[in-house]
Amino acid sequence: MKELTVISGKGGTGKTSIVAAFTTLAEDAVFCDCDVDAANLHLLLEPKTVKVTEFYGMKKASIDKEKCIQCGRCADMCSFGAITGSTVNELACEGCRLCYHICPVEAVEMVDHLAGHWFVSETSRGPFVHAKLGIAEGNSGLLVAEVRKEARRIAEEKGRSLIITDGPPGIGCPVISSLADTSMALIVTEPTASGIHDLERIVQVAKNFDCYIAVCINKYNLNEENSRYIEGISRKLKVPVVGRISYDTTMHRAVVNKKPVTLVPEGKVQQEIKDLWAEVYNIIKTIK
Amino acid sequence: MQISIASGKGGTGKTLVATNLALSIPDQPVQLMDCDVEEPNAHIFFQGQPVSRITVTRPVPKVDAEKCRHCGTCSEVCAFNAIALLDKMVLTFDDLCHSCGACWYLCPHKAIEPLEKEIGTVEKTDVGDMVLVTGKLKIGSHISPPVIKKVKEQSLPEGINIIDGPPGSSCPVMETVEGTDYCVLVTEPTPFGLNDLTLAVKMVKTLGVPCGVVINRDGPDSVMVEEFCRDNNIKILMRIPLDVGIAESYAQGIPLVKENPAWKERFEKLYRSIVEEVQA
Amino acid sequence: MKIAISSQGDSTHSQVNPRLGRCEKFIIYDTDTGKNTAVDNGGRLSSGGAGIATARMLADLGVNVVITGFVGPKAFAALKTAGIKVYTGAQGTVEESLQLYQQNKLEEAQSANAGAHSGI
Repeated sequence: MKELTVISGKGGTGKTSIVAAFTTLAEDAVFCDCDVDAANLHLLLEPKTVKVTEFYGMKKASIDKEKCIQCGRCADMCSFGAITGSTVNELACEGCRLCYHICPVEAVEMVDHLAGHWFVSETSRGPFVHAKLGIAEGNSGLLVAEVRKEARRIAEEKGRSLIITDGPPGIGCPVISSLADTSMALIVTEPTASGIHDLERIVQVAKNFDCYIAVCINKYNLNEENSRYIEGISRKLKVPVVGRISYDTTMHRAVVNKKPVTLVPEGKVQQEIKDLWAEVYNIIKTIK
Repeated sequence: MQISIASGKGGTGKTLVATNLALSIPDQPVQLMDCDVEEPNAHIFFQGQPVSRITVTRPVPKVDAEKCRHCGTCSEVCAFNAIALLDKMVLTFDDLCHSCGACWYLCPHKAIEPLEKEIGTVEKTDVGDMVLVTGKLKIGSHISPPVIKKVKEQSLPEGINIIDGPPGSSCPVMETVEGTDYCVLVTEPTPFGLNDLTLAVKMVKTLGVPCGVVINRDGPDSVMVEEFCRDNNIKILMRIPLDVGIAESYAQGIPLVKENPAWKERFEKLYRSIVEEVQA
Repeated sequence: MKIAISSQGDSTHSQVNPRLGRCEKFIIYDTDTGKNTAVDNGGRLSSGGAGIATARMLADLGVNVVITGFVGPKAFAALKTAGIKVYTGAQGTVEESLQLYQQNKLEEAQSANAGAHSGI
């Protein structure tokens, strides 16, 4: 079984639109949305959810007001400023347990903390695993790991040979979590100053993993000079450019209509995405 | 005054709004502060002279091998597996450490001391009309809130601070928006934009920060955002049309207000609406 | 001498789990008694640093050799410090991997063969 993870460094480069299009081109795949902070892929896939699982993050501190003698030690020592009097601010608590250890009257308990949910859904084109993290919950790396594990389990169970993963933006913990053990990372970038700037950083991050790395330039004709510059950087970083997709309002229209772009009437971008998929699929087939 | 700029989703034009707003505020000292420390981008639109550079550090454990009695308390109390007693040696893993202090406070032999370690930088650049403050997380560091905090500490007490945050609605965004006087949420009229705006509004309300919306790539589809704002009693502060020219000048790294003075007036109007909202 | 093999299940017929920090069980083979014991890998539930927690557990159990598929840099450093030798390239069942080791067909790892955070 192989896994393709689509990432972008910068947000808004069109990553999710491209993954949605891939779902219509791939046969025999399981789809997975690892952007657990702001999941979006479900908006384009019309999923029917068949299973909801609660996700518990790290345990957090809770103070028993009956036992608490208001000595204030925990509040003084908490590095996260999470304790006021005998109340713990759940948003600020990182679950380090220092208060639990130092409380002289054992008034602190570590309790399970519901941080979000993950879902298994059916779509017309295959199984889909996605998640929703609560507002301002940390630990998205762990939830990404759960989502990917479930996608792998389903792929094995149903004998599907490929997992296509919509990765999170940025270069932080969730991205690292979504790249671990993947077969191929496809970086979707755009020819803007920010796109160029972020490309080098995300390639450096991906290079820490044993996966094949390739670049796709979306909105290619928005600034052809910048696009050529991106091609230059890619050469320097030794990662191939496997796709060039034009700036076309069809992409935008497809999103507004909640459809993968490949399912709206034919145009130039659709063919470009099909060519990109053919390239990507060729690579996926040959790498180990 | 601190005005934070956020957007549930990346790529909606948050940096576009932050940079142009900062360049359009009249008669006041202005600072643009980039808190998107994983991918700081605002500096791309400016040239200037570096003024200062601060290193951001946080404490990690340093074990004194002479004092250590290999009791294993540190390994037991660490919730993050960042310190481990193995055979007769204690190993530390700084990138897993949350700097909670459990190991150094609880070591019965006082063999562990906190040691400050660099996780990022805050740079000030004079870009002519204002000062740009950029926070940058060191590659390999994953914990951004201390860097964001340090950027916000540089705020001008008597002036306008425009704080550009990271995308999303996770911890670093909370850290950015928390305690600011007003939050501008930049969105786009797509189902993606609306989905993420809904999350961002929840986040901002949790923090008790007043907010308003800027619709980027405005057009007939904006109806869905308008409905949402009406239902939630949120003001639409400004609309930026879907325009290839705007996308192109952004791609070239030229601020919109420098290319076209008409935009300066519109962003100044945005600023005045924000001030009105804050004073209301 | 105690040899630990990262496994997906309880017996020597279980498939090897190539991931050290996130494997469900270890089968521990004691060369002195010829007996196999299965132990839970509690470390796999850690939100981070699972390989380190696993290394600590193996050290506490007095393991001398661990056989697995991949080992990341942190887990490798921890195992090395604990004086545990690491052999990578395990495949098939636990029993088959143990045989490969006994026939000297597995290589002793000199460094990590997986990226950091692999197990997350």
